[in-house]
Amino acid sequence: MQALIGKKLGMTQVYDAQGVHVPVTALQVGPCVVVQLKTVAKEGYDAAQLGFGERKAKNAGKAQEGHCKKAGVALQRTLREVQLDAGESLKVGDVVGAAQFKDVTFVDVLGVTKGRGFQGVVKRHGFGGGPASHGHMAHRRPGSIGNRTWPSRVFKNRRMGGHMGFVNVTTQNLKVVQVREEDNVILVRGAVPGPTGSILLVRKAIKKAAKK
Amino acid sequence: MSKILEKIRQEQAKKEGVPEFTIGDTVHVHVKIKEGDKERVQLFTGTVIARNGRGATETFTVRRISYGEGVERVFPVHAPCLAKVEVEKSGRVRRAKLYYLRKRTGKATKLDEGAEAETPAAKAKA
Repeated sequence: MQALIGKKLGMTQVYDAQGVHVPVTALQVGPCVVVQLKTVAKEGYDAAQLGFGERKAKNAGKAQEGHCKKAGVALQRTLREVQLDAGESLKVGDVVGAAQFKDVTFVDVLGVTKGRGFQGVVKRHGFGGGPASHGHMAHRRPGSIGNRTWPSRVFKNRRMGGHMGFVNVTTQNLKVVQVREEDNVILVRGAVPGPTGSILLVRKAIKKAAKK
Repeated sequence: MSKILEKIRQEQAKKEGVPEFTIGDTVHVHVKIKEGDKERVQLFTGTVIARNGRGATETFTVRRISYGEGVERVFPVHAPCLAKVEVEKSGRVRRAKLYYLRKRTGKATKLDEGAEAETPAAKAKA
């Protein structure tokens, strides 16, 4: 299993073997249940569809109800497709959890960042803004956005104010500090995208894995 | 707060309990220092000027004057490198944060002794 669906539980700190305190994010990874298996014979590639969390029957559509019923599993909050490790064999209905990350040193975490709404250029793009006083009035304005009669338009990709946050972000190469199999929780060093309680995909690090 | 997070925090907390001291105390902080494979204890003596945070992440700040230069060190209360905290004397203070000591030098940094004088329990007795 290359990845698991997880939930951000929040941050705290732990002491490592040297007695240095490490800032960590606790991630609930699992129990994830295999809802569907994609095979070379049918779909042209091997993968597993994982489910995570609970969903009440009144909140599930007919399609999802049927999909889960076919697999013989409870209704799931989230479904995500993940790649399999080489030579891994799974069945529909198998439950996987934090034990998957036992020998993993680095993970990537995919999530959706906190939404910030409509933000100006200072917060959104790190513009300097104008002087605060001495008769200046351009405190947080973007300044000039282009030339005059040529080109008589604003170039594409001009950085301006607008909606910020609520985008998919991958945080790469977070060190796994602790794996707590009994709780299905892993602790990773540093922060992950999104608010506490958000659903994430926790994946074995792609770039670090190649090095080993 | 998540129950699991609470559990992790409790695990990190010191088993034998937190050393007892309060703001304004003059303390000797025994810090374990690793040099190669040897371990020794170093003392940091000064006034506790602040306590920050709660639970497993609580810290305290100790200020001292070293060779004429003010030095502050922040220690996590639950840090494994803290061997013990010895209270030498208690100062009478009326603030939770003694940041005003940073502006003072020499004799003015001295705190009146006897922490009991100002506590509500002591007042009730009197």
